[in-house]
Amino acid sequence: MENTEDIRAAVLKYVKAEYLEDDDQEIDCDTALISGGIVDSFSMVSLKRFLENRYKIQIPDDKATPEAFDSVNKITSLVETFVAGKV
Amino acid sequence: MKTKIEPNIGSYDERVKGSPWALAEEELGYKPGGDINIGWYCTDRICDMGKAGKTAFIWEGMGGVEKRYTFNDLRLASNTIADFLVGLGIKKEERVCLFLDRIPELYLGFLGVLKTGSMAQPLFSAFGDESLLVRLENAQTTAIITQRKHVGKVRKLREKLPCLKHIIVVDDDGKKPLQEREVAFSLASAKPVEDFKCAATKAESPSVLHYTSGTTGQPKGAHHVHYSLISQYLTTKWVLDLREDDIYWCTADPGWVTGTSYGIIGPWCLGVTSCVLDVGFTAESWYQFIQKHHITVWYSAPTAIRALMKTGDEAVKKHDLSSLRHLASVGEPLNSEAVVWSERVYGLPFHDSYWQTETGSIMISNYPGMKIRPGSMGKPFPGIKATLLDMQTFEPFTETGKVGLIAVEPGWPAMLRGYWNNEDAYKKKFRNGWYLTGDRSTIDLDGYYWFVGRDDDIINTAGHLVSPFEVESALLEHPAVAESAVVSKPDEINMEVVKAFVTVKPGFVGNDDLTLEIMNFIRKKLSPLAMPQEIEYTPLLPKTRSGKIMRRVLKAREWGQEIGDISTLEND
Repeated sequence: MENTEDIRAAVLKYVKAEYLEDDDQEIDCDTALISGGIVDSFSMVSLKRFLENRYKIQIPDDKATPEAFDSVNKITSLVETFVAGKV
Repeated sequence: MKTKIEPNIGSYDERVKGSPWALAEEELGYKPGGDINIGWYCTDRICDMGKAGKTAFIWEGMGGVEKRYTFNDLRLASNTIADFLVGLGIKKEERVCLFLDRIPELYLGFLGVLKTGSMAQPLFSAFGDESLLVRLENAQTTAIITQRKHVGKVRKLREKLPCLKHIIVVDDDGKKPLQEREVAFSLASAKPVEDFKCAATKAESPSVLHYTSGTTGQPKGAHHVHYSLISQYLTTKWVLDLREDDIYWCTADPGWVTGTSYGIIGPWCLGVTSCVLDVGFTAESWYQFIQKHHITVWYSAPTAIRALMKTGDEAVKKHDLSSLRHLASVGEPLNSEAVVWSERVYGLPFHDSYWQTETGSIMISNYPGMKIRPGSMGKPFPGIKATLLDMQTFEPFTETGKVGLIAVEPGWPAMLRGYWNNEDAYKKKFRNGWYLTGDRSTIDLDGYYWFVGRDDDIINTAGHLVSPFEVESALLEHPAVAESAVVSKPDEINMEVVKAFVTVKPGFVGNDDLTLEIMNFIRKKLSPLAMPQEIEYTPLLPKTRSGKIMRRVLKAREWGQEIGDISTLEND
């Protein structure tokens, strides 16, 4: 099972590869993704799908909120909750 | 409940009897045959009226970064951009694309383009390569104004765009060299141009080119003219009820027509302060924005309203939203629950309004001061002659409860004047002397319209139209896709979302990984809006005996409707 750092690194890598248009744009694990306009509400669906595929989890729509997806750190916490079967 | 103030429209029934367009011309000081330039009306004229120092534009970006512009600032900035464009050799009526996020240069640049007499072609900055290419190709765009983060997309396409002579980068930092045809322009460092001779455009001079999706074929560019100002001015005044001391917020992106007609032209031609929030949607950021800037009039979209509903009442209670006095909505039908909810939590109902890219201004609406029927689109705007047409004969009828095609008598000021380089598609929009909206509705005894649905396969997702044809064509470019059919699927927040049915080529397996790959492929090629939110793999697609995919069979299944006549189905 991946630890917190592994999840964080994987999510950050995916976000950089898939959603950043500007090669020069720097983001870190606290960068605002949704409110910062990097990932829009439609694209959030593909990000959710990535997390579900990779971690073999199901994130219900009521947990997949813009707030919960607003940074790599928040996404990591959300994923850990489901991976650990806490929900 | 809020204190009631007399709405600008006064009595709807009285306004319907009058001559609204003549009234708007008079109020704007426009005389038929004279000059009319939207850029001038939104800036110089307001300054001439003694409001040069009034705040016109409050822009807020990430981290609460704020910029404020007076009407004189708008005038100078649009002059400066216009002067720069003319210096590049941009000529009247040439298309200048604005491919920008919601940064100030988008709003100021739009006015600057109009002042030169060239045509503003705003495009949604989240468009992917293919979406951008077909729109620039069709328009034979001469120049594109963009920013560093999007210039990579333009570079990929420029060899396919021989007409594109100038790529103007508004935030070049000099760190990387600009390439062929690229030029930097910084509003912050450019010398403000005090006097710019605005192009002497006339009523029928081209102004704005907005693209919309068609059920077949490529996107169509709705060609508007400067005379559209007349409709946009009066609808802003009477439907949005804007007045001198309002602080107005239109949440639409100017990549779409609401963002230009009512995010730029409407408020500024009335000399009203307009706000823009350039951050992604969260309930907290929106409510905070309303509270901070004391927004009084809020024009938003059903998708956003439903998302706010989902967030719940507690988020509302945490903020002081008491400045709000009038709410309106556009994009797709506003469900009655949302109207009732907004009245309960904000003390104000959202007033639904109905119009299209092609109409350029509001056609049917609920009006301030008039009783709202939750779930209804409202009544035709004074000066707009709307009707329902029989679906077979295209003859008008007035029977209540019967579903018909919403049609409008041509001739209102903001009506499109054509589809760019697509005369055939334009002609098909008219039958028996009526403009066909492509939407179906019923009408009640009191003349309120009630939306039923589209009359074609176009998907309305979050108020934006997506062509199934465009998505299917893009899907076929993915190496795993053999065939596809794209339909709408009901969605609680967005009304509809894109769903794709896909048959895969030999050697490929339709699984979760392929789904994600295809979703991202479409998102980057077309746009996030066009990305299928669901992909279903199927060994066969329903087809007619002549081989045409029967989308309606798949759509009916998604919507739980009767499939209807399937006598022509091949593989039943």
